[in-house]
Amino acid sequence: MLYLELLVQGLIQGSLYAMIAVGLTLVYGMLRILHIAHAGLFTLGGYLAVTVMNATGSLGAAALAAMASAALAGMAIYRLAYQPILDKPPFVALVASIGLYIALEEVFRLVFGPYGLAFAQPPLQTPVAALGLSLKAGELAMAATALIAMAGLYAFANHTRLGTAWRATVDEPQIAESFGVNPVRVRYLVFLIGSALAGLAGLFVAVLSNQVEPTMGAVPSYKALAIIVLGGLGDVRGSLVAALALGVVEAFGTIYLGDVLDRDALAFAFMIAVLMLRPQGLLGGR
Amino acid sequence: MGAYELSLFTVIGINVILALSLNLISGYCGQISLGHAAFYGIGAYAAALAGKAGLPFAACVVLAMVVAGSLGALVGGISLRVRHDFLAITTMGVGFLFLGVVRSSDWLGGELGISQIPAAGFDKPMYLVLVLACAALVAAFSVYIKRSWMGAAFDAIADDEDTAGVLGIDVARNKIVAFAIGTALAGLAGALYAYYTRFIGLDSFGFVTSISVLSMVVIGGIGSVWGVVGATVLLTLMPELFRFINDYKLLVYGGLLFAVMRFAPGGLAALIGGGLTRLRRA
Repeated sequence: MLYLELLVQGLIQGSLYAMIAVGLTLVYGMLRILHIAHAGLFTLGGYLAVTVMNATGSLGAAALAAMASAALAGMAIYRLAYQPILDKPPFVALVASIGLYIALEEVFRLVFGPYGLAFAQPPLQTPVAALGLSLKAGELAMAATALIAMAGLYAFANHTRLGTAWRATVDEPQIAESFGVNPVRVRYLVFLIGSALAGLAGLFVAVLSNQVEPTMGAVPSYKALAIIVLGGLGDVRGSLVAALALGVVEAFGTIYLGDVLDRDALAFAFMIAVLMLRPQGLLGGR
Repeated sequence: MGAYELSLFTVIGINVILALSLNLISGYCGQISLGHAAFYGIGAYAAALAGKAGLPFAACVVLAMVVAGSLGALVGGISLRVRHDFLAITTMGVGFLFLGVVRSSDWLGGELGISQIPAAGFDKPMYLVLVLACAALVAAFSVYIKRSWMGAAFDAIADDEDTAGVLGIDVARNKIVAFAIGTALAGLAGALYAYYTRFIGLDSFGFVTSISVLSMVVIGGIGSVWGVVGATVLLTLMPELFRFINDYKLLVYGGLLFAVMRFAPGGLAALIGGGLTRLRRA
């Protein structure tokens, strides 16, 4: 019973990681940039969700606000920050992104105050009995949303013209361009989808902990970086597997290895161990 | 010189050593590390524990360098297995692993840190002179390495590992040596820090520290000794200079980091170097 509970908790946590990591891995796959500022979009989503929810009382409006704001901010970051430095060495974009994230965190602190916000009436708190376990409605909603989002993404990438153009641009940017694909539009699309998902993840974290604070993006974003590396950098399927695996490893690890390492260190110990055995990531070939 | 200036300059000296130590790994040898603070921390903890066990100051410093350098060589071994962005994230993981291990080890002080580290046996002005002398030595050593045969090998590896290997450069050995030297010097900075504050806690060795050290290197102009020294002095002084806008200090810091990368990706060295060339031409 304990095993089942840990497994389910791990998968739920993993679905959150997956929603954050997908955007990172999409951006990396397309631009080879480690997009640290992605965590800022996640925080932005959380803040706007709480603010809009408290103002309107509608969870739908909150979700829309979280996704739209994060998507817009993500596309703005691409246009204003990354596009001009794409031809520079990789550490340039990395450090620029870190600087941007620090600045974003500070903007949240200055605009919304240092102590964070909470819902006036937290939504999705009803306990639900499933598989003999008691879960919060929010946890189930998060896992379901992640599942739907990933399925939608898969269908989009494989069964639409735009999705085909997108995959072509990731694989062979120059050839795709000569076939009439506009690479800049595809990049906007990647930032739109990835950032909207991060915003949505921000909403769910806000719901589950009933708290948003300026630094809430830090730990999930470090872990999302570990996840996309585990997944093989840029490999979406690999990242999904890695996200779920990390969630489960953390759930079991905190119970059985909690005395030796804390939860965060455990995640990175797992990452380093896997990378030593499979430097190309969990699913990577070669 | 008042107590305030004394401590400010001491911190600058320690930061210069730390930034130059990362410059050896990331600047010369091209291996971006996001976990350098771990080795700074390892040096500080080694020196603090040895000092409390009764070892003299000089022995503690040497021990800190040896411990940090050996663990650094181990991480250098990792860099043979994973490259580029994979390596950057792996070293970030090493940083978090260090924090996690210290946090759950009572003999390392856990969350509380280590206090009552014995005095180094110098008064404050003397200690400042010692730190600045060490910083000058490290800077001279950096210049020496850059001009040596090994510096050329590092440079080749930073440019293109595979080609360097084809040219007969022992890539694996050079990378491990770069990590060992760089992390040993970070250990030196850590030991000097531990004996300066005489109290150490995890807060000083986290991801934020790793990032700020990398910022000093990158803003200075990756690989350039005087650029890195200049940027370190500037970035250490900056929070003090911006004290009057205390609330916006970090915002300015983050914004500056971003702006330098966005508009002058070569850092201070390229910015000033380019300016001089243009002046000479005019």
